[in-house]
Amino acid sequence: MESIGLIMLLYVFVLAIFVGFELITKVPPTLHTPLMSGSNAISGITIVGAILSAGLEEFTISTILGLIAMIFATINVVGGFLVTDRMLKMFKKK
Amino acid sequence: MRILIELSYLIASVLFIFGIKNLSSPKTARKGNFLAALGMFIAIIVTLFDQHVLTFEWIIIGFVIGGTTGVLMAIKTPMTGMPQMVGLLNGFGGGASLLVALSEYYKMKNFTTWTFNDATNITIVLSLIIGAVTLTGSLIAFGKLQGIVTGKVVKYPGQHPLNVILFVGLIAAGVFFVIDPTLETLVIAIAAVSLVLGVLLVLPIGGADMPVAISLLNSYSGLAAASTGFVLQNNQLIIAGALVGASGIILTMIMCKGMNRSLLNVVMGGWENAGSTGPATTTTSPKGQVKSVDSEELAMIFDAAENIIIVPGYGMAVAQAQHAVRDLVNLLEAKGKKVRFAIHPVAGRMPGHMNVLLAEAQISYDKMLSMEEINDDFPNTDISLIIGANDVVNPAARNDKNSPIYGMPILNVDYSKTVVINKRSMNVGYAGIENELFFYPNSLMYFGDAKDAVAKLTQELKNV
Repeated sequence: MESIGLIMLLYVFVLAIFVGFELITKVPPTLHTPLMSGSNAISGITIVGAILSAGLEEFTISTILGLIAMIFATINVVGGFLVTDRMLKMFKKK
Repeated sequence: MRILIELSYLIASVLFIFGIKNLSSPKTARKGNFLAALGMFIAIIVTLFDQHVLTFEWIIIGFVIGGTTGVLMAIKTPMTGMPQMVGLLNGFGGGASLLVALSEYYKMKNFTTWTFNDATNITIVLSLIIGAVTLTGSLIAFGKLQGIVTGKVVKYPGQHPLNVILFVGLIAAGVFFVIDPTLETLVIAIAAVSLVLGVLLVLPIGGADMPVAISLLNSYSGLAAASTGFVLQNNQLIIAGALVGASGIILTMIMCKGMNRSLLNVVMGGWENAGSTGPATTTTSPKGQVKSVDSEELAMIFDAAENIIIVPGYGMAVAQAQHAVRDLVNLLEAKGKKVRFAIHPVAGRMPGHMNVLLAEAQISYDKMLSMEEINDDFPNTDISLIIGANDVVNPAARNDKNSPIYGMPILNVDYSKTVVINKRSMNVGYAGIENELFFYPNSLMYFGDAKDAVAKLTQELKNV
């Protein structure tokens, strides 16, 4: 990767942080726990990196690390989204 | 194919943004969570079509093991265990980032398809550090919340210099790695030291400061994902990670503001005498007569009241009293009284902890009000019922310049006509200071375990 490529990625990162700030400040305190578990599930996007490692053609140490990463990230994604849904289901107005 | 994959990642990123946007109201929140999950699903599917993904058995094995574990955790964890669960999930996210960074390192070492250069070396070092600190830091936070690791503030001599030495060492090792990435021992050392640092950073943080720690680790888990994105040069990971990172930072700031403390102060290990449970030692400790009531007497007071505010705290979660509280609220409302909840930002062990417990007990979310929304209503309130909260209602935060909690925003329960405090004993709160509220003329102590005490009150109230 060229350094200029790194700068482009940095642009995306910084702009996304601003989007994040705008969005999250509008989340009411009542939903802060589901916000944490839901955003947690989103951070499980590392699963993309895990797939790229676990799916290599040749079996090397990278595959093993990828497999464990795969397990971790899947727990994060599946557990995170499900438990968030379980919580949000309970928030009702009578 | 490459273009299609990238476009799908863009769609997935947009779905994440819409997902979080929908969390701005409890009405649309469930849809938001679904949209984010859909985005994740798209990202996973298209990644399977990447040119380097050629064998699928390990992916399937990983998905089955992780998926089953995730489903079981999500279904089995009780609502009172949510702080632990979120803590643990943060850790898994960090762990995944650490492992992916290591895996990428070995790809560059073992294959000719991938090569080292300064930019990737820097991102790998960052990813290793953030991932490892998030992993072990979250595991310690989980242990503290679960009661495996002490919830007290841990202090030992040389604590801060040690952290500084480790951190400087990490930076030095990182610089050497960027210069010569073939040194495998450096990579292992960076990962190992970062794992230790994660433990040392969270260990000193006391139980009631957990809302800050959990929020901060939430932010780290996002930054870990973003750093993996830098390693893989993948915009989707960077965007998702940045969103989560921002979310965690905002929650951390809200929690710090709720305690009127700086992040540094919390991370360093808290209040001077924090965590002590003995009698208060402050010289300004108020003296006076504490009035206590029994359930029968209290039922009569409640029967005469019209406007009631309930202030829940961590004690309600510990006693699992939320269902008993719901029964009390239903009875009071049946008697035509107005009942609302006042929720302090740092009540409980994580942001929004009380709200989830009350929602579980089927209490309508429009009755749960934040400190800003309800604090002006206390003077017009007949009874403030405090269940398992202490420091967040201590008027010393307003009156006593010498108090360690001076300046912390509190719920103004003492302005209401009568304050009823349910506690198990006269022990001090997390800040280790006595609460002068208990000695106020309009205060009544109602001793007992929250669940039993509230149930008894409901029972007596039925007989009035």
